Amino acid sequence: MSEKKEATQTTGAAERVSLTIDGREVTVREGTSVLDAALSVGIEIPHLCYSPDLGLPPTGACRLCLVEVEGAKAPVASCVHPVAPGMVVRTDSDELRAHRRMIIDLLLSDHPHDCLTCEQAGACDLQKYAYLLNVKDSEYRGESVWPDPVQDGPAITYDKSKCILCGRCVEVCHNVQATGAIDFLGRGFETRIGLPPGLPRDDSVCVECGNCIDVCPTGALSYAGAQGQGREWEFERVTTVCPYCGCGCPLEMYIRDGRLIKITSTPSAEAARGLLCVKGRFGFDFIGHRDRLREPLIRRNGELTPGSWEEALDLVARRLTEIKERDGAEAVAGLASAKCTNEENYLMQKFVRAVVGTNNIDHCARLCHASTVAGLARAFGSGAMTNSIDDLGEAEAIFVIGSNTTECHPVIGSAIKRAVKSGRTRLIVADPRAIELTEMADLHLQQKPGTDVALINALANVILREGLEDRSFISERTEGFDELREVVSPYTPEFAEKIAGVAAPDIVEAARIYGSARAATIIYSMGITQHTTGTDNVLALANLAMLTGNIGRPGTGVNPLRGQNNVQGACDMGALPDVYPGYQKVADEEARTKFEEAWGVPLPASPGLTVVEMMNAAADGDVKALYIMGENPMLSDPDINHVGEALKKLDFLVVQDIFLSETAELADVVLPAAGFAEKEGCFTNTERRVQRVRKGLDPPGDARTDWSITCDLARRMGYRMSYPDADAIQDEIARLTPSYGGITYDRLEVRSLQWPCPDRDHPGTPILHAERFARGLGKFHPVEFIPARELPDDDYPFLLSTGRILQHFHTGTMSRHSEVLDELVSVGAVEMNTADAQGLGICEGDTVRITSRRGRIEIAARVTDRVPPGTVFLAFHFREAPANRLTIAALDPVAKIPEFKVCAVKVEAARPAR
Amino acid sequence: MTVAVCMDTCCRAKGAEGVWSALEAARRQLAEEVAEVELKQTAAHGLCERGPLVMIQPGDIFYLNVQEEDVPEIVRETILGGRVVESLLYEDPETGKKATSSDEIPFYAKQHRIVLRHNGVIDPTSIDDYVAAHGYEALAKALTEMTPEEVIAEVHLAGLRGRGGGGFPTARKWRSCREAAGEPKYVICNGDEGDPGAFMDRSIMEGNPHAVIEGIIIGAYAIGAHEGFIYVRNEYPLAVARMREAIEAARGHGLLGPDILGSGFSFDLRINRGGGAFVCGESTALMASLEGRVGEPREKYVHTVEAGLHDKPTCLNNVETWANVPEIISRGGEWFASIGTEGSKGTKVFSLVGNVRNTGLVEVPMGMTLREIVYDIGGGVADGKALKAMQTGGPSGGCIPASLLDSPVDFDRLSELGSMMGSGGLIVMDEDTCMVNVARYFVEFLQEESCGKCTACREGVAQMSHILNRICNGDGREGDVELLLDLCDIAESTALCALGRTAPNPVRSTIKHFGEEYHEHIREKHCPARECRGLFRYEILAEQCTGCGRCLKECPEEAITGERKQPHVIEQAKCVQCGACFEACRFSAIAKV
Repeated sequence: MSEKKEATQTTGAAERVSLTIDGREVTVREGTSVLDAALSVGIEIPHLCYSPDLGLPPTGACRLCLVEVEGAKAPVASCVHPVAPGMVVRTDSDELRAHRRMIIDLLLSDHPHDCLTCEQAGACDLQKYAYLLNVKDSEYRGESVWPDPVQDGPAITYDKSKCILCGRCVEVCHNVQATGAIDFLGRGFETRIGLPPGLPRDDSVCVECGNCIDVCPTGALSYAGAQGQGREWEFERVTTVCPYCGCGCPLEMYIRDGRLIKITSTPSAEAARGLLCVKGRFGFDFIGHRDRLREPLIRRNGELTPGSWEEALDLVARRLTEIKERDGAEAVAGLASAKCTNEENYLMQKFVRAVVGTNNIDHCARLCHASTVAGLARAFGSGAMTNSIDDLGEAEAIFVIGSNTTECHPVIGSAIKRAVKSGRTRLIVADPRAIELTEMADLHLQQKPGTDVALINALANVILREGLEDRSFISERTEGFDELREVVSPYTPEFAEKIAGVAAPDIVEAARIYGSARAATIIYSMGITQHTTGTDNVLALANLAMLTGNIGRPGTGVNPLRGQNNVQGACDMGALPDVYPGYQKVADEEARTKFEEAWGVPLPASPGLTVVEMMNAAADGDVKALYIMGENPMLSDPDINHVGEALKKLDFLVVQDIFLSETAELADVVLPAAGFAEKEGCFTNTERRVQRVRKGLDPPGDARTDWSITCDLARRMGYRMSYPDADAIQDEIARLTPSYGGITYDRLEVRSLQWPCPDRDHPGTPILHAERFARGLGKFHPVEFIPARELPDDDYPFLLSTGRILQHFHTGTMSRHSEVLDELVSVGAVEMNTADAQGLGICEGDTVRITSRRGRIEIAARVTDRVPPGTVFLAFHFREAPANRLTIAALDPVAKIPEFKVCAVKVEAARPAR
Repeated sequence: MTVAVCMDTCCRAKGAEGVWSALEAARRQLAEEVAEVELKQTAAHGLCERGPLVMIQPGDIFYLNVQEEDVPEIVRETILGGRVVESLLYEDPETGKKATSSDEIPFYAKQHRIVLRHNGVIDPTSIDDYVAAHGYEALAKALTEMTPEEVIAEVHLAGLRGRGGGGFPTARKWRSCREAAGEPKYVICNGDEGDPGAFMDRSIMEGNPHAVIEGIIIGAYAIGAHEGFIYVRNEYPLAVARMREAIEAARGHGLLGPDILGSGFSFDLRINRGGGAFVCGESTALMASLEGRVGEPREKYVHTVEAGLHDKPTCLNNVETWANVPEIISRGGEWFASIGTEGSKGTKVFSLVGNVRNTGLVEVPMGMTLREIVYDIGGGVADGKALKAMQTGGPSGGCIPASLLDSPVDFDRLSELGSMMGSGGLIVMDEDTCMVNVARYFVEFLQEESCGKCTACREGVAQMSHILNRICNGDGREGDVELLLDLCDIAESTALCALGRTAPNPVRSTIKHFGEEYHEHIREKHCPARECRGLFRYEILAEQCTGCGRCLKECPEEAITGERKQPHVIEQAKCVQCGACFEACRFSAIAKV
């Protein structure tokens, strides 16, 4: 099986070709276009349809980039014409200028000359070339009929009259975003760009990512919300990182008069290839929302009332100190935040450990990928995504399990779709729901929720039965194989079919696709982790990858997609109860000594409480004070009725946030914090990529950055915590965190870095475990199938699974405060199967009552065959009908992650059926 | 006795199905009396204008314009009586002489039929008929006696050039494709004949589908392809049906599929139907359409023989090209090269249409003059009018004035004349044709059929169309001709595909040869051919007018006045030039001036 490795190393030295452009000798790789060759030496050739930024293929449509090639009968389009040895090219001549003027003239013949009021003025390529070529008006100007711009939906405006049909938008939609929502319609002069005729945007496959806007060279496609808000030269532009999911897309903020007007992608973006999704592009307006917290709030006589920072900080410091002195440090706990920067998380855990003196620090990673951290650390020695987003394209097979990638990690979803569309990659999707990716998958394995171990073990069983395992990899790189073989041997496809409900032949086929690919990758997310068997699920996937040698090479790996923009960073920074920054264990004496010396205080040796344990301890009266930074457990945690009781029982609750969240409403003190656009720092995305977050706006009112609040509190509690800026905090992180050892702001200004990056000369690590596993040998951990904790029964006959949707995020603190996103999807709905709905007399849109043993909500029904019979699905973003009032706080014994994906509910029509 | 009825699209349109059923009914009755009457369907005999056509053997009898009601007479006289029905024979318009056999008709006598040799003779639905006419012998020869290289060498020797319009040497295309890296390789037959008025390929597919299939298999063998596609426009249902039947039959006989004729060579063929977009006749647009993408052309710096369908080496030829191949293999490249001119070998099928007496499908040796085609084969201009121009090459061809009637027809000469061979349309135009309007008509067609991808074609051809329309509407401006020529330049030099690059031909050639007509339209607001509405007047000739009042009744604008039995008058201010009066007048009393 060693030929697997050789076959992927196909980088033959491409031939170099020399040619002459405008009298200059140019040498480029064979296959380069004449235009790219010219651009590479700084020779500009006018071009409109070609846009290399997003890797769009040239189409040769606009004809502006014509050049003369000696010996050719007619001018050639340089964007598509490949270089040839000895070719002699002229990029400028009277004749070419005449042609170019004529092309611009023709484009202007039916284009409104309204540059005075056009949004794109100053950034318009057509305007630029009209200016450069001095085309003042069109010779062919006729009576033009300019239709009104089409604005269907809150996000995107299309003005056909300004469209020059360059096709960039179609290319990006089909080939980069890989959605294929828009296309050319009609023929000849009547050609236009559009959704399928008669289809409103809402009903089309358009995901409103707006990537088409970014590539449009004219004002034809524009931001609906930015009309009249400023033009190119009036904006201050600041590059930062998206605050939503773990993809970590770099973005550019367009700021005018202290307001964030629009967001575009950044073409060079390593992580995202220059793509953004609907949330990243249009969901930023929460930052200037009128409901932002502007001043500290202090509960007086039961009411939250405005107070000064002095007052608020003094009160917090006094109360925390009192409780610590009265009940011990263990009576205090802190929640850090996957939304805050690395620097802020570092200081938060430092505050809890060094100032308060407890390891009771955790954050919502507990709720999404605690089992990943636990499982992958055991199997490989490092609990993070092994590979990079970009090398998905090199996989021959992609196995997506428990990840609704196109909705929850849209830009990675696009990368998967691109790979599949290329024809080189086969896709297997295992998901209880018929998610979008199943439409293009070679196979959809529709397992019953909570049966993943049985399914994955059966895949391993088939791989072994058919001899598809990588024996040399197993013997050289791993240990514990014999135990694995023994455990998976009873998991025949037929046996797994009985448990998981996936047809045995499909299991065999999937195993063959995954097992025989030269490079196969596993993508998973919370469908795997949020189970009482979450750690087992992760271990089973790690087994599968090691069994087939799919680790340490491009296009392979075990790749958990992290949920929040900085959940990876918050974990890396030690905002976890058992580890310091860089996963150095608190129980390890050497590590503890190192931090005691660095921080100048003795540190507790025993691991602290996890999120759900904190709530239980609060309910039991063991935890009396809780300091929450940027989290909203009143919506995000399981069984929130119980969470509410626990929080109310606390002696003292401090919440630091940008809005008065459901949790903040219960607080004794609320501290107003700065949002992502209002501060400096770093986020670490799902592929371990550390990127700079930059300040573009001032925080509203008296709001302050989280890290400066934490420092002030520490000082008030008698600990010297002082940094001139975020940069200085990163320097301390680098000193104490080996995997971040070489990361400095200076380097991040040039490009992002993927950890481990141990020293200043280290280029970062796109692929983990290439030569050896972080733990030395990879370890097989055989796991047995264990059913979910609470399965449907006669009283609660439906299985409830929870998750996210494309247009909203987490508890909605940000996305529900975005007008655009809230207009796109303003209410939640429960997905239920047609057969179930009919059985209960429920129609689309009817209000239904959903009850579990823990709570009850009412919500509209969405009748769809996306979910199988017997299963209902809820997104947890909506405070009006919080899914987590129903979920169970049953925990994975190792990772302490709750089983959000499976609990039993009852569904009934809330009102008599129509 | 064999009675063959031409049952192609043209003849069906003229009632061939009725003739067929009547003959079938008669045959059933006759079964006892004349046992050997064999009825058979053929197609695309050529003289389409005179259909339905019926051919009877022995005797080589050729009946034209046969209708259902003529059948009893044919049965009685010819089938039972062995006599010829004079009224159904061809009559020479000059001499009045009747012709019994098709060979005696000038329309056929001057043709040289290679591709069409079996048309009208064999039953296109019968593979046995084709085999009986030595069909598939060329394939057997190629597969058993020749190496792929030898096949290509033979085609090279023949000098065959692509009949789809470009005239690219076929053997060179095959060789490039054979030598290109990449597997699998594909062959494609382009049957997306989109030129208005052209029906060569349709007729070949309807009349002799196996010749096309045989040619494709031979080509695939030479190239090393094992999969092929025939792309036929959906507007050709009969051609699709015929090809489909023929493919089934060939497969049934082991001529398609694995191990053809025991040679070890495997090949199969599928039909794909196009949606009727003119641009899909362009090779790269056609391949995009085959792949299920929008049918738009791409730049061909990487040739399709290297990266075509699914980015694999692909050889595309049109129907007529493929149909030439079997004869070349059977009779040798040298024989083929003996026909035609220096640069253009063999024959070319033209659809001869327009104001010509004999319209239809003709196959002539390359190098025949336009005069021979129009006058000797076509019988000259209809209705005794004078010849003005000939338009060749489809909508993006050019107009050749009558003064160049003695030009020989081949690829290179037509290009020199500012026109092109194209796929072989030949439209004859008489003196009443407005050449500006001709240009306008073709440019409008091209504008509507432009895929809209490149600026030069989408915007440039549209602007040409706008300008020509305004000239024909009487709104032409001084300088419009110059603007048109600028647009011709930009389209020629910068359009992405051949559709745009050749779109100026109708404009340029009419400006070149008929420039005065443009000036008359623009300066004098007059259409000399009196075709452009608004640029001429209808007038009533008082001396001819009988005052019958017919025109007065027909006029929708009440523009005509006059007492009964007195000459009428048209009130020009009210007239909208609809022509209703002109059509209505029985006394030629209304003139266009």
